[in-house]
Amino acid sequence: MPVCCLKESRIMAVDRTSLSELIDAYESEILTEWLKLLKQAGGTSGGRIKDAELQIQCRDFLGALREAVSSGGKDVEAAPYARVRELLASMSRSRAFQGFSPGETATFVFSLKQPLFERLRLAHSDDGQAVAEASWSMSLLLDQLGLHTIEVYQRSREEVVTRQQEEIAELSTPVVKLWDGILALPLIGTLDSARTQVVMENLLQAIVDRSAKIAIIDITGVPTVDTLVAQHLLKTIAAARLMGADCIVSGIRPQIAQTMVHLGVDLNVTSKASLSDALKLALHRTGRTVVAIKTPLADVA
Amino acid sequence: MRTSDDVVRVRQQVRQSAVALAFNLVEQTKIVTAASELARNTLDYGGGGEVTIETIENGGQQGLRLTFADHGPGIADIDKALTDGFTTGKGLGIGLGGAKRLSNEFAIESVVGEGTRIVIARWKR
Amino acid sequence: MDRIPIIKIGGALLVSVQIDLHDRLAVALEEDLADRIVATGARGVLIDISALEIVDSFMGRMLDTIAAVGRVLDAETVVVGMRPAVAITLVELGLSLTGVKTALNVERGMAMIATSTAEGVDEAAIDDSLDDV
Repeated sequence: MPVCCLKESRIMAVDRTSLSELIDAYESEILTEWLKLLKQAGGTSGGRIKDAELQIQCRDFLGALREAVSSGGKDVEAAPYARVRELLASMSRSRAFQGFSPGETATFVFSLKQPLFERLRLAHSDDGQAVAEASWSMSLLLDQLGLHTIEVYQRSREEVVTRQQEEIAELSTPVVKLWDGILALPLIGTLDSARTQVVMENLLQAIVDRSAKIAIIDITGVPTVDTLVAQHLLKTIAAARLMGADCIVSGIRPQIAQTMVHLGVDLNVTSKASLSDALKLALHRTGRTVVAIKTPLADVA
Repeated sequence: MRTSDDVVRVRQQVRQSAVALAFNLVEQTKIVTAASELARNTLDYGGGGEVTIETIENGGQQGLRLTFADHGPGIADIDKALTDGFTTGKGLGIGLGGAKRLSNEFAIESVVGEGTRIVIARWKR
Repeated sequence: MDRIPIIKIGGALLVSVQIDLHDRLAVALEEDLADRIVATGARGVLIDISALEIVDSFMGRMLDTIAAVGRVLDAETVVVGMRPAVAITLVELGLSLTGVKTALNVERGMAMIATSTAEGVDEAAIDDSLDDV
């Protein structure tokens, strides 16, 4: 996404011969200084990245940056900077997945400023104005790249969290067979839209695999049922119905029942207070009943 | 895109692209169904048009973007068109709203008398 | 032009939808079904959609229509074999197909029709006995 505020300020075309030539001429010095600063600023996060790997990343980035700058473009969102953005994105993503902090990740770009500034200063040693202008352009450029890095980092962290949520959802939505054709789905915890997807997929697959006619959705473990949660439940019930399975909701606590009525939530499905009541009903609906045995096994000699 | 056979072709191509990006089955079904809805709309209400299928990328995440463009009569009241049950034709009236619900991103532009452009996108989880 | 085959099984008609239904094919199917229901006196219609990977609102409308036509002709429609991914998508789309009965497979669908047909027979018996009152 474009970085609005920075783009509006005037970026002078970074003197293309100057910056890219400087990087070209002093590549190894710049790299060495940059790596040193990176390590000082925590860019390796206590050795989580091996030196060799970091060197490669820096060298690749520097090379790509030189190419992009020499093309004369000032817009980091444009085509000449595609490779630069790509490198930053993949670096940022892997840092995010490895658990680096945002600061540790962003310092990759920002700590490059000093070595570059040094070179610019030396190159324009007799022209203060030129140094100031060139440094400012370089700084703006790197700031934009730094922000790009942070944005990718942020999105990657969100991805990690989402993935973890999915794993938790998978683990905490088992579908249990109670009897022939009768399934139970004990829901534990809140039901958000991501979790509902997992629940629906698991439930529907179980309906197919076990030829279920009835699914008992037990919500004893669901802390609150507001309109959103109710919508998710309704979706799940509707999907099960489309597969030919009727649903019974059980485990509705008194407070939940009150909340639902006050909110005007109507699940439009038979509901029972307890799982055992629901099972009795399910058995009845599938043409069965529970009968006591005349001679209890324990008494048989 | 001009005939109802083309709707089938659109579905097949969208399906292929979705498979190529390794979307899971439910995600594939959702985006192909959304495409089917919008393709039919383009045909029935827009008098035919073009469908563009693109792979997109954002910071390492991949996705599929579909554009449906026609030079038909356009939609006068977009908000109304997005509400379920609203239809100017024989449909059930859930095509637009439904396609929106099935996608991660949804954008629509329409000018009465000029045409309509709808863009939807789905990102890989 | 191909038409979708309709098979008679017991007191019901079975339609197996294998391909994407485009407009003319869909209209032809509705007509054919209405004709066959009347011609055979079928009490039930089974629509097998287990081969369908996609069901959009057009198809949904078709299923609703067929069920409605069937109801008027005193035949019960049961849609069978919906795939999980399709069910999830339909619900997300906002199509719950509440006017249509559903079952997991053809066997269950037939059982459903048999049960409600039996109930229907009982109703007829009750009606007859009331005539004498």
